[in-house]
Amino acid sequence: MTTTDVNTNLKTQEYLINMGPQHPAAHGVLRLILTVDGEIIHKVDPDLGYIHRSIEKMCERDTYKQIVHLTDRLDYLSSHINNEAVCLAVENALGIEVPDRVKYIRTIMAELTRLASHQLWWGVMGMDIGALTAFMYAFRDREMINDIMEETVGARLTMNYNIPGGLMFDIHPGFQKKVKDFIKHFRKALPEYNTLLSDNIIFKKRLQGIGYISKEDAIAYGVSGPSARGSGISCDVRKIHPYSAYDKVEFNEILIEGGDSYDRYMVRMKEMEESMNIIDQLIDNIPEGDFQVKTPALIKLPKGEYYQKVETARGELGVFIISDGKKSPYRFKFRSPGFSNLSILDKISRGHKIADLVAIMSSLDFVIPDIDR
Amino acid sequence: MYDFSKMTGAIHEWLSSLMPSILVTTIEWVLIGVVFLALFAILGLVLVILERKIAGFFQFRLGPNRVGPYGMFQTVADTVKLLLKELVSTNKVDKFLYNVAPFFVIIAPLMIMAVIPYGFGLTAYDINVGLLFVMAVSSIGVVGILLAGWSSNNKYSLIGAMRSGAVIISYELSMGLSALLAIVLLAGSLNLNDIVMSQQAGWWLFRGHIPAIIAFVIYIITGTAETNRVPFDLTEAESELGAGYHAEYSGIKFAFFFLSEFVNMFIISALAVTIFLGGWLPFHIPGWEGFNNSMNYIPGPVWFFLKTGVIIFLLMWFRWTFPRLRIDQILTLEWKYLLPISLLNLVLMAFVVMMGWVF
Repeated sequence: MTTTDVNTNLKTQEYLINMGPQHPAAHGVLRLILTVDGEIIHKVDPDLGYIHRSIEKMCERDTYKQIVHLTDRLDYLSSHINNEAVCLAVENALGIEVPDRVKYIRTIMAELTRLASHQLWWGVMGMDIGALTAFMYAFRDREMINDIMEETVGARLTMNYNIPGGLMFDIHPGFQKKVKDFIKHFRKALPEYNTLLSDNIIFKKRLQGIGYISKEDAIAYGVSGPSARGSGISCDVRKIHPYSAYDKVEFNEILIEGGDSYDRYMVRMKEMEESMNIIDQLIDNIPEGDFQVKTPALIKLPKGEYYQKVETARGELGVFIISDGKKSPYRFKFRSPGFSNLSILDKISRGHKIADLVAIMSSLDFVIPDIDR
Repeated sequence: MYDFSKMTGAIHEWLSSLMPSILVTTIEWVLIGVVFLALFAILGLVLVILERKIAGFFQFRLGPNRVGPYGMFQTVADTVKLLLKELVSTNKVDKFLYNVAPFFVIIAPLMIMAVIPYGFGLTAYDINVGLLFVMAVSSIGVVGILLAGWSSNNKYSLIGAMRSGAVIISYELSMGLSALLAIVLLAGSLNLNDIVMSQQAGWWLFRGHIPAIIAFVIYIITGTAETNRVPFDLTEAESELGAGYHAEYSGIKFAFFFLSEFVNMFIISALAVTIFLGGWLPFHIPGWEGFNNSMNYIPGPVWFFLKTGVIIFLLMWFRWTFPRLRIDQILTLEWKYLLPISLLNLVLMAFVVMMGWVF
């Protein structure tokens, strides 16, 4: 916390700053109305809705197979995991058991997505703090994942690989080799990341002690994902409610007790290693079998309420479906991690400087379409 | 070594034989002005392309590579574009200050360029208080930045300008009082030519050993801060303030701010070279007569720009490696660490000079 208790009789006046909707640190169209005194933030008021596309309402119009396509556009950096959430919800509702091959491939793909997302976050974090080269390092490695995705899925960002009942296509023949090549490369590249940013004294000073989230606050505000694990809260859905092939692999849930921005940063850095470990365990053991289960052309869920949660790169994504037995859901609700994580921004950035707000926002890793939907 | 004052003297005599003295002075003024403006423009063009190429090198990319061979004319094309752009200004700007600010920013480095010795006898304005003049004039630049931020009618610009004012005013203390004064103690003169000539036996960086090295490091840190470059670029702080103080400028006015950053970087490097690294003097290793003699054949200006290039590369290396500091951290660094260290260093240097412990 900064010291501002110098007693001068100067009267200072608060003023408003509009940070966004077009601002380099917003990474999208998030508008923050800041009340600042000089450089010190007194209040942060997020104003949402600039990229609202009423995806939830569109879900009520579409069939279940069409809904999967929309979820790509929620958190576009975790598009595969979003797809998976909807598919799992529909599969569970219908009582479909997908083949092991599907589970394995889904898990590998999800972890690759998580890696790509964390890489992008790392690069952008560097850029927000002012180290522009980090961005290029991150994109060099992320490109490899995108190439893998392109080869197997046909798309680089909004992959749309999952369908209720399995996968759209089988994996590309070169998939396993390429993934292994990437892991080999990235195991060498990750220490580079650490020397470039994590161990840099300026970078540490910029993040340590900034944006402290206490355990109680994190729970009260519903913070999830790496942001909550940086405060020492065990909330990894992959561990607590394993889905797909997460119950077949061994990995550590990264927990750091500190709660400041640097701890959240370190959680994500270590998560990248864990993701590589998960892929290592699965990539050679992909079972033979079908990549799809036959599902009816028009899926109709039985009447009732269904909930499925998954761990995206940003936290816990919940999918809640109310079905009235028709071809489209009666109500479709996403519990997006970004929205809950944004809610704590005001609390943790009060008293900090404008530059800190940018650091805090990066450490919470917002993707704006995920907040707005 | 070739004395350039012979050449300039010959030109002066030739002109004097042709016309009355007042006309000669006028023509010489114009000539020098044109030379410096040309140098300014060339430096801007070269440094910008250099920065972009070096950035590319650090970031595994090629940098500009479309205009001309290896993209060498990219900056020329950019300049033409900026010259042709419309000069947009926002509502309710303070018109006079808004228009005058870019000139403040650009005049400061131009004036400093006049006193820098580029070679033996190659100084436009050889005054005996050269270093003092540099410190005095370099403060004018910050006035331009403050005016730009204030007159733009933009809160982001204002924040950027205020940060810049705070940073530059603080870092000038360390830079002038200590880093530069330490060498003045060694050289015994404020005249930049004399400082260069006093280094014939060896560069001050080496001859002044410990205090000189400390002074050099402090000078490089403060110099980076003076030019508002990473890790002290919080004036523009792209991710926080958009573009900071020059957010509302466009066209050639923006180009003035943009170029002045690069020319300022040149000035800082040139001063570092002049004061610590022997200016235009060739690189000598004591005892190696043959090597030293062959080094003498390389002309002074080449040495000057070569050494300056090394320091400029160092500054660019900083820029593409380090994250940005926060305003309070920057001020803490200056007032709590650099200023005390450099004051102590000044005392140490005085002691060293008094005891004659100079190599």
